[in-house]
Amino acid sequence: MSAPAEPTVLQVTDLSISFTTQGGRAAPREVVHHVGFTLERGRVLALVGESGSGKSVTAMATLRLLPNTAQIEGSVRLGSEELLSAPAERLRRVRGGLIGTVFQEPMGALNPVFTIGDQIAESLLAHHRGLDRPAARRRVHELLDLVAVTDPARVARSFPHELSGGQLQRAMIAMAISNNPQALIADEPTTALDVTVQAEILALLRDLKDRLGMAVLLITHDMGVVADIADDVAVMRDGQIVERADVLSVFKAPQHDYTKALLAAVPRLPSLRIAEPAPAHVRHPARQGVAAAVEDATIIYRGRGRHQVRAAESVTLHIAPGEVVGLVGESGSGKSTVGRALAGLVQLASGRAVLAGVDLSEASRRTLREVRAKLGIVFQDPASSLNPRHTIERSIGEPLDLHQQLSAAQRHARVLELLDAVQLDRALAGRLPHELSGGQRQRVAIARAISTNPDLLIADEPTSALDVSVQARILALFGRLQADFGFACLFISHDLAVVGEVTSRVAVMYRGSVVEEGPTDQTLTAPTHPYTRRLLAAAPVPDPVEQRRRREAWLALQQADAAAA
Amino acid sequence: MASVIATEPALEPSSGARQVARRLSADRGAVFGLVVVLVFVLAAVFAPLITAISGYGPYEYDLAALDDTGAPRGFGGGISREHWFGVEPLTGRDLFAVVIYGARTSLLVGVAATVVSVVLGVLIGIVAGYFGGWADRVLSRATDVVFGFPGLIFMIAVGAIIPPWFPKSLLIIVVIGFFGWPAIARVVRGQTLVLKQRNYVVASLAAGASATHLLFRQILPNLAATIIVFATISIPGKIGAEAALSFLGVGVPPPTPAWGRSIGEAINWVQTDPMFLFFPGAALFLVTLAFNLAGDGLRDALDPRSEGAGR
Repeated sequence: MSAPAEPTVLQVTDLSISFTTQGGRAAPREVVHHVGFTLERGRVLALVGESGSGKSVTAMATLRLLPNTAQIEGSVRLGSEELLSAPAERLRRVRGGLIGTVFQEPMGALNPVFTIGDQIAESLLAHHRGLDRPAARRRVHELLDLVAVTDPARVARSFPHELSGGQLQRAMIAMAISNNPQALIADEPTTALDVTVQAEILALLRDLKDRLGMAVLLITHDMGVVADIADDVAVMRDGQIVERADVLSVFKAPQHDYTKALLAAVPRLPSLRIAEPAPAHVRHPARQGVAAAVEDATIIYRGRGRHQVRAAESVTLHIAPGEVVGLVGESGSGKSTVGRALAGLVQLASGRAVLAGVDLSEASRRTLREVRAKLGIVFQDPASSLNPRHTIERSIGEPLDLHQQLSAAQRHARVLELLDAVQLDRALAGRLPHELSGGQRQRVAIARAISTNPDLLIADEPTSALDVSVQARILALFGRLQADFGFACLFISHDLAVVGEVTSRVAVMYRGSVVEEGPTDQTLTAPTHPYTRRLLAAAPVPDPVEQRRRREAWLALQQADAAAA
Repeated sequence: MASVIATEPALEPSSGARQVARRLSADRGAVFGLVVVLVFVLAAVFAPLITAISGYGPYEYDLAALDDTGAPRGFGGGISREHWFGVEPLTGRDLFAVVIYGARTSLLVGVAATVVSVVLGVLIGIVAGYFGGWADRVLSRATDVVFGFPGLIFMIAVGAIIPPWFPKSLLIIVVIGFFGWPAIARVVRGQTLVLKQRNYVVASLAAGASATHLLFRQILPNLAATIIVFATISIPGKIGAEAALSFLGVGVPPPTPAWGRSIGEAINWVQTDPMFLFFPGAALFLVTLAFNLAGDGLRDALDPRSEGAGR
C-alpha cells in the first residue's frame, strides 16, 4: 500500500485502443485515441460521454478486461507499477485487490446460484488464501454493514433474485471494496436504478470514498450524476477526451463546443421549493371533453398458481383532446400498465378504460380493432419497436393498411409525408431497421404511431434508451408534431425533467396508485405528496451548486422519514 | 442545437441474404456439407442418366457376375469396369445403380417427411404460443404425448397392417413426418412466446391488427431463420428413420432400391463381401453428415450474434 502522502493512485497516459474485426482480415479500428487522466486519492473523476464515445472501453482497458481482439497502447500506472505490461498473475491480484469494479447491471454481475455472502466471501478468499470461514463470514457482515444494507446477516444469506436492485448494487459495492482497494472503477453504477435508489447509492459512494480514501473513476452519461458526485470531469467524444476540468468550471464555463451542446441538451427541472408551503391551488381552466380515460381501474396480473400482482389500484386518469398528460413513477409503479390499459392490451379487474368514447373492456373484438385506428403507441426500446424483416415503408404503412383503403401510390405518398413530418430522409423508406440508428428508429416509430391521425398517442418512455443529444431532438420533434397534429398524449416516463418539458399536466404513480395529480409546473416545483417530494429531491440536476442544495433537501427528507418510521 | 452533435449516423446499408452467403462461404464445414448435399441431389435427379453412363440400371440382374454360391466374383464384391461398386450378392444387381437410385428414396422420404413435420410443428407451435390459454394447454399436452410415443414401434406396426394397395412411400413419409413434429412445435412455441412480447408485435396489435395478420405478417417471417435451420438439421434424422424402417424390412417395398434395406441385407454377407455393406453405408453416412454440417453452418450464418463480439 502506498503512503497517504502520495495523491496520485492511477495514472493513464496516451492510451489508445483498437479492435481487429472479421477475424483479423480488416485493418484494426482505433476506437480510443491518446487518452490520459489521473485518479487521485479521495477524489471522483467522472468520465462522461454518450454511447459509442469509448468511455467504458477506456475504463475496462485500465484493467485489461477487454476481449482478445483489442490492442491497447500507452501506459496505465498504478502507483509506480505499469499495468499494461504486468504479468497475468500480478494483474489478477490487482483486479479486485487494489482496484475494485462496480458494473451497471447488478443482477447480471452476480451469479444467481450462489448467495450474496458466498460471493463476497469468494472475492475475499481470492486475495487472502489463509482466511478461515468464520473470519470470512465476519468480514462479509462487516462489509455489508459498511455499505448500509438493512439486516446484513439476512442479505448475506439471500440469493440475488431475493433482493432489490438497490440492495444488489450495495452488495456489488461491498464486493468491490472487500480488499480495501486504492481505486474503484464504477461503470454506470446507477443507470439501471430508480432515481430514489440512485440518490442513495451515490450518497454511499461519496461516503465510502471519504472514509476509505479511495480514488473513484465513475463512467456515466448522466450530467446530473456528474454534478452530484464528481470532483473532476473528463468529457469523452469519439474516443477522445475533449475537455477536462474540475466539476464547477465544467458546468459553469464549459470550453468545448461539445460540452456546451451536451449540457444544453439535458432537460432541466425547475428549482424545487420543498420547504415552502404549496401556493394556493390555481385551477387551470379544464379542457372540454375526454379523449381517453381510465376510471377507477384495477389491474391484476396473474402468475403461476395463486400468485398475483396488483399492478394498478383504482387508478383514475382523464386526458382531454389535445392535452399532453405525463405519468411519472419508478419502475414497478404501474405506469406502463395504465398505458397498456388505455390501448386495450390488458384486462381490467374492475373499472373502465375509455378510448374515443368506447369502453375498451366491453368492446367486441371488431370494435376494438376499429377504435385502435384512433390510437398510436411509441415504445421505449428502439431496437425492438420495428419488425426487423419489414422495410421502414412497410412498418410506417401498416396502420394505414389496417384501417384505410389506399391505393399503393396514395399509401406511398402518405409514408413519404410522414417521413418528412418526423424529419427523416425519404430515401430511408426502403431500408431495414438494422440500418438505422436508435434515434432514427424512434422517429420511424413515431411516424407509424401518428400515421392514422390518432386521437391519443401513448408514449411509453420514448426517449429513455437514447443519448441526451438525440433525446433533445426527439422531444423537440414531439412537441412540434403535437402542435401540428393536435393529438392527446399520455407521456409515460421516469424522468421528471423530460416530463416537465413536454407535458402540461402530470400524474405521479407510486405502488400502483396515483398519489398526486396536477398542472406540471406546480407539481414539479411544489409537490404536496411526500413521495413526490422524495422523487423530486432525488432527481439529480446538471448543476453542482443547485445539486448540492437538492442533496441536502433530500437528506433532510430521508432523516425526517427515518424519524417518522 | 450545435452542429457538433446534430448527426445521427445511419449504419451501412447491407443485404441480409448476401451477408448470410458471405458468412456461409467462410465456413469450410458448411461448404463441404452443401457441396455433398448438392452432389447427392444431382445424383438422385439424374439417376437414369448416370446409370445409362455406368451401363447397368437398378433392375438389371447380371447373374454372370456371381459365382455358384451366389457371392460376387472378383475383388471387393465384384468391383470391375462394368460394376463400379461391385454387385449385389444373390441377385447380381449393379451396386452403383442401387446406391444412386437409393439416394432418390432417401432424399425423397427425408425431405418430404421433414416438410410434413415442419408444417405440422410450425402450425401447432405458433398457435399454442400465440393464443396461449386452453389452446396452449391442449396442444402442448398433445406435443408431449407424441414426443414420448414409441414412434418406431408404431411405424413398424402400421407398416405391417396397412393394406398392400396403399402406396408404401407415401405411408412412410406421413408416418415419419407425423412423429417428427413435436420437437419443432416446441421450439416454435417458445419463439412465438418471445416474439409476441416484442414491441413491434404489440404496436401492430395496438394499431388494430387481427390475429391472422399478426401471425403471418409479423411473427412468421421472424421465425423463418429458425424454421430453415431446424428443417435442415432434422432431414438427416428422417433419412435415418427411413433407413431404419427399410433395414427392418418395413420400408419401401423391394425391389425399390433403399440404402437401409441394402445395409440390412449386407449384414448377412459382411464376412464374405464387406464392400456390400460399405457403399450404401458410406452413402448414408455422407449424406447425414453433410446435412448436419450444412445445418450447423446455416445456423451460425443466420445468427447475427455470431459476428462482431466485443463492444
